[in-house]
Amino acid sequence: MEWKKYAYTFVITAVIFATAIFLNNYFSQKKLNEVKNIESRIAIDILASETQFSLLSELPCREIGSSVLSQELATLGDKLSYTEENRGADDEEVLSLKKYYSLLEIKDFLLMQKIKERCGTTAATTSPAIIYFYSNIKDCPDCEKEGFVLTRLREEYPELRVYSFDYDLGLSALQTLIAIYDVKNQTPALLINGRVYYGFTSIEDLKKIIPEFKILDKQKALLQSSPKATSTSN
Amino acid sequence: MHFIPEIITNILLFIVLYFEVFILLTYLETREKRNLPPTLLPKQLPSVSIIVPVWNEEATILKTIFSLLKLNYPKDKLSIFIVDDGSLDNTWKVLQRFSRNSQIKLLKKENGGKHTALNYALEFIESDLVGCLDADSFVHPEALKKIVAHFENDKELFAVTPSIKVHNPKKIIELMQRVEYQWAVLLRNILSYMNALYVTPGPFTIFKRNVFKMLGNYKHAYLTEDMEMAMRMQNSGLRIGNAPDAFVYTVTPQTIRTLYKQRLRWTYGFLRNVIDYKHLFFNRQYGHLGMLVLPTASISLVSTVYLVVNTISSWTKSLFTSISQIQTVGFHFAWPQFDFFYFDTSIIFFLGAVTFIGTFALVIFARKLSENKITLSLDLVYFFVLYAFISPVWITKAIFNVAFARKTKWR
Repeated sequence: MEWKKYAYTFVITAVIFATAIFLNNYFSQKKLNEVKNIESRIAIDILASETQFSLLSELPCREIGSSVLSQELATLGDKLSYTEENRGADDEEVLSLKKYYSLLEIKDFLLMQKIKERCGTTAATTSPAIIYFYSNIKDCPDCEKEGFVLTRLREEYPELRVYSFDYDLGLSALQTLIAIYDVKNQTPALLINGRVYYGFTSIEDLKKIIPEFKILDKQKALLQSSPKATSTSN
Repeated sequence: MHFIPEIITNILLFIVLYFEVFILLTYLETREKRNLPPTLLPKQLPSVSIIVPVWNEEATILKTIFSLLKLNYPKDKLSIFIVDDGSLDNTWKVLQRFSRNSQIKLLKKENGGKHTALNYALEFIESDLVGCLDADSFVHPEALKKIVAHFENDKELFAVTPSIKVHNPKKIIELMQRVEYQWAVLLRNILSYMNALYVTPGPFTIFKRNVFKMLGNYKHAYLTEDMEMAMRMQNSGLRIGNAPDAFVYTVTPQTIRTLYKQRLRWTYGFLRNVIDYKHLFFNRQYGHLGMLVLPTASISLVSTVYLVVNTISSWTKSLFTSISQIQTVGFHFAWPQFDFFYFDTSIIFFLGAVTFIGTFALVIFARKLSENKITLSLDLVYFFVLYAFISPVWITKAIFNVAFARKTKWR
């Protein structure tokens, strides 16, 4: 028997395997870093907006608009759920990134509330917001469907801000939010303009619930009828 | 949650990759030997008998016999035994045109299966070498001389296998098999260097007559008598060689259905024979065959099924997700946006890629060996795509049949 050949083959195969493991780790780390980078960019965005907001209370509402609100939250959410799918929901890194993401969402939500309070019916008001609670632990067949609905709505109305939260995430700020709005442990749950809707809510129902969509539709129709006008919604 | 399947997948991939590396190493090691010029032919050629078992083969039998008659070999040293295994059609009538040919002996018996036809003819044969040619195969005029040269070259050989090519492939299913047969040409050659051949293919493997005297005649062996004979020889330490330049052309199944039946028979036969010869497994006495080839061949059957079932289940899952999505929000087409972030960078992806590249390289080397040139054509796509989908079907069925002791049929 050529034991040497068996040993060489083993070494070569092991090296290929090790390379695959190394590449996998390398790219996973790279992807995690990307998520982290997005998170810190959003954190800076939010902090900048908050600071701007408190410094210049005279800032015209028109300028605040939705431009100050970080546009990257949605991308981050998608990338984070992809990472969660690949690394598992109980992965330490994933958990900590998810907590941070949830915090950023809450902060963004609060900031938007503030803008709404001060500026009232300007651009920011036409940015409807939906807070969405889902669950990964409990059996929640409707959560997936609700996810499709919200993704679709966001495609249709890029102004829509969807804040999604894992109901069971052990994060005190999130639990406080849940307590304030008295959201029961029944997922999917949608918190819209201070009211909680439980169970699956279809696109049609959401369009009825959120009046801002009608305003946005009108704006779009106006834009389409005057093709020379440039988009101001973003 | 997906931790355990991932580990199993990785182990299976490791084994497949290990085997591939071993085969590639052997290929590189034996490259020089393979490029040797054809051996000089012996002055004294041994006497050879070729058995052609026939059953209802009036359509192709003539072509088979003519190809044998055209063999570049002294007529007085080559006898052809045609055994009509109780054909129900005009085969026997068609054969009568050779009744006065001194090279050809016509035999007729009651139907009993291929192995009985072979054994019946063996009773009449006393030549130095003996071989078989199925009635759906044709030999290249130089094939026999090339095989005989190997016997002369290496006195320890007890059988020499040829290189089998697909006869006149036209349909997609035949083109797919052409690549598969080319791949088998290389694999058979590499395995011969490892002394680990476990099939002496029905079409034109030539044996020393002694083999049957020493080990006994053909057995039913789950309709894969050519596999059983090879395993019996390996079991007794009789060496099997390979002549990669001795070409035999065979008609391959032309429909998915007939291909499925043939492969089911082969896979089932392999599994049953392997169970009968399980003492060869991990037995150092049987060298690479016992330590590597038979275990890997068996595991690769299981892993093919496992990997495919896994892939199909994950596809089904995404299909259901898509259906549910369409049901919920309707169909909206959007061009996928490329973002490196969503590119698969899992361990399985990299290993799968390496395994594929290795297989592709081997198939290309195989083309070089069997066609003497490297060509890239569509049949490669048929092979890699179609084969991956249809082979798990018969493999699964064969494993199922073995597990529940069901018999497979010829046709």
